[in-house]
Amino acid sequence: MAHGPNDEDTHSTVDTGHPTALTYFKVAMILSVITAIEVGVFYLEGLRHGIIPVLVILSGAKFALVAMFYMHLRYDAKLFSALFVGGLVLAFGIGISLLALFQFFV
Amino acid sequence: MANAEVAHTGGHEEHDTTTGLSHKKLLMWAFLGSDCMFFGSFIATYLVYKNRSQVGPFPEDVFDILTTSTSTFVLLMSSMSMVLAYSALTRGNMKGFRIWLLSTCIMGATFLAFQVFEFNEFVNYHFELDCKNLNVEELTDFEKTFVDRCDGTVDHVSVDAGLTPRTNLFGTTFFTLTGFHGGHVTIGVIWLLSIFFFSLRKGGITPKKHEEIDLAALYWHFVDIVWIIIFTVVYLFGVFPGFD
Repeated sequence: MAHGPNDEDTHSTVDTGHPTALTYFKVAMILSVITAIEVGVFYLEGLRHGIIPVLVILSGAKFALVAMFYMHLRYDAKLFSALFVGGLVLAFGIGISLLALFQFFV
Repeated sequence: MANAEVAHTGGHEEHDTTTGLSHKKLLMWAFLGSDCMFFGSFIATYLVYKNRSQVGPFPEDVFDILTTSTSTFVLLMSSMSMVLAYSALTRGNMKGFRIWLLSTCIMGATFLAFQVFEFNEFVNYHFELDCKNLNVEELTDFEKTFVDRCDGTVDHVSVDAGLTPRTNLFGTTFFTLTGFHGGHVTIGVIWLLSIFFFSLRKGGITPKKHEEIDLAALYWHFVDIVWIIIFTVVYLFGVFPGFD
């Protein structure tokens, strides 16, 4: 059976330097476990205000895992990371400024 | 590897541009960076107005953490299926690509269905007070404001207290933030579905055109990480009594 150019394109592979499917699956499992811990911690009595840093760290870890592995920031050019992290830092700055302006921390 | 042509491109491909990087991808990252500021402003506004609503219902009245945890899990898994679709494409496994891509669309649509359900529950929120077995300690602040309706002449009190964007500051900031996020997810689902149908055409999507899928995947993962923040800040902190 003759193969046209399109068939050849369809069966070709590209080495993008990104992780394997197994790594993606492991990351998904870690994300699921962290989410379960978040919900579990939430129902723990006695943590009181200690829950805030715990939840911030857990959600920060999830954020970082998705950005590094699923969005490939760990493997791609640093300029992409700079653009995204730059926006993120600005967003964080805007948020903190807004909260300070409205005396959220007082 | 029969019928396979391996294009070794290393960590990131060289493009004939001033930076040596794909300008499409650069533009997508610049957009995502700016979208961070977009959602950052909404999240900060939500926090600024937290606990400043004059009338209820409040977060602890309407939020159902287990339901939202389930929808969060679905969105997280959709990110995994999206990245597996991309991985299958780069390995030349078109069948796997289509299956994972369609799974992503289905999970995205499921997340949206959860959101529609949740919004509907909030808009039609109501509760009943059993006047004969009333335990004021177990009531929320909002529910306590209706206790005086149990004046001894009725067995129970039924209260319709739907939450809409116009009800209070919580409603306004909550629906604006989660509504815009839902809008992003909707656009993502439409984008991914269009890629799925385009991939059914011969030569429509090939491993060599993987960057087109990479851009859609980046967008999809972005809506996922935004939700990670919203879930913690709006839902978990929203119901937690110590976060005032």
